Amino acid sequence: MKTDITLTVNGEAVRETVEPRTSLADLLRDRLRLTGTHVGCEMGSCGACLVMLDGVPVHSCLVLAVQVSGQTVSTIEGLNDSGDIADLQRNFHDRNALQCGFCTNGMIMSAQALLSDNPSPSRPEIRDALSGNYCRCTGYEAIVDAISETAMQRGAIVEPAQ
Amino acid sequence: MKSPAFDYLQADSIANAMAAYADAEGDAVYLSGGHSVVPSLALRLQAPALIVDLSRVATLSGISLEDGWLRIGAMTRHVQAITDPLIAAHAPLFSAAAPFVAHPAIRNRGTLGGSLAHADPASEFPAAALAMRAELEIASPAGLRRVPADDFFLDIYQTAIEPGEILQAIYVPPQVPGLAIGFDEIARRRGDYAMVGAAVQAVTTNGVVDDMSIALFSVGDRPTRAVSAQQALSGRRIDGASIAAAQAALADDLSPSDEPQFPAHMRMHLARVLLGRILTNLKGVA
Repeated sequence: MKTDITLTVNGEAVRETVEPRTSLADLLRDRLRLTGTHVGCEMGSCGACLVMLDGVPVHSCLVLAVQVSGQTVSTIEGLNDSGDIADLQRNFHDRNALQCGFCTNGMIMSAQALLSDNPSPSRPEIRDALSGNYCRCTGYEAIVDAISETAMQRGAIVEPAQ
Repeated sequence: MKSPAFDYLQADSIANAMAAYADAEGDAVYLSGGHSVVPSLALRLQAPALIVDLSRVATLSGISLEDGWLRIGAMTRHVQAITDPLIAAHAPLFSAAAPFVAHPAIRNRGTLGGSLAHADPASEFPAAALAMRAELEIASPAGLRRVPADDFFLDIYQTAIEPGEILQAIYVPPQVPGLAIGFDEIARRRGDYAMVGAAVQAVTTNGVVDDMSIALFSVGDRPTRAVSAQQALSGRRIDGASIAAAQAALADDLSPSDEPQFPAHMRMHLARVLLGRILTNLKGVA
């Protein structure tokens, strides 16, 4: 039984007809071709599929597309186009905080949410905020550095990146 | 994996949800935050014909004081246990437990009611509910009833909620003067399932324990009240001797299973270490 849904994705109104079992991640990737949202474990463990739902990060693999009718979704493409994460992206690049890039979408979502709640996080707080994001390449240290650096550049006083 | 196909209903009331469940002749699953149900579908551990989404049922929402009790709607998100001032003031063990629950993005979506109804024996909120002597309000076609947490958790993933019934709200008893709380767990990684965890609530007068409530989790098939350890502390000051007595008494309270990579004696040891740590650092002993 397919269902009509309407939602806002990256500022644009979207109307789609979906099967109930379609996850928000699959809607974004397969129908809207927003493939910056990655699908890893499909069970809420890896964090690669994080998107902003009404402004907070959620696992798009654990949210059914039918559930978000009327709500607002921002993907990494939307955050990129807005310019809001340009400094995070630059610092991830400068500090080699990504290698294969599979986890980067989720890392950026978690980092952006952290910095909006807590503009001057300590390194343990950054690590805690990333505890639900797997990275199998970098060993996390460079990612923590990039986020810490971004916090400093945004005007907060934190302990220096290592 | 992808979930098997199912029909979906967004319920607008408890009655509407229960009627849909009945129409499906039990081949239905209620959806709260979806952070246990949806993975179970993706892993094909269950394949119901119908998913009944409760997230927009108004009576499941809201946090309010009623005659001194804190009513927490079952749909309250985990993150609200951290951010909501009423929960912080009137259900402090939920606030203390919340940072240990999974990871930030999970907590934005997972619900307190869902966690209690799921009753994972390694889960934090059930133990916090037990330690606070919370009562769980269950809606059934016959009406509402309130079940004390001590009678709610029956077995692994088993609660007093009968098929078709819905956990509507959590009621936390009025906070009394002299209340002290402690919550901690030992896990291999941050946010990972606890190897052992405990929620402790004590009421003291001039440093002497009037009432001690200790709930451990990840130690058996359900969150477990440590009755003997409570008795070992009752009427005494919380000091080295009484803490040692409580730690020793855990042998009568717990009988963890022997697992190849985690022998029972190791879990017992960690439970004693953790209880000692929490009692030593108990905040607010009057």
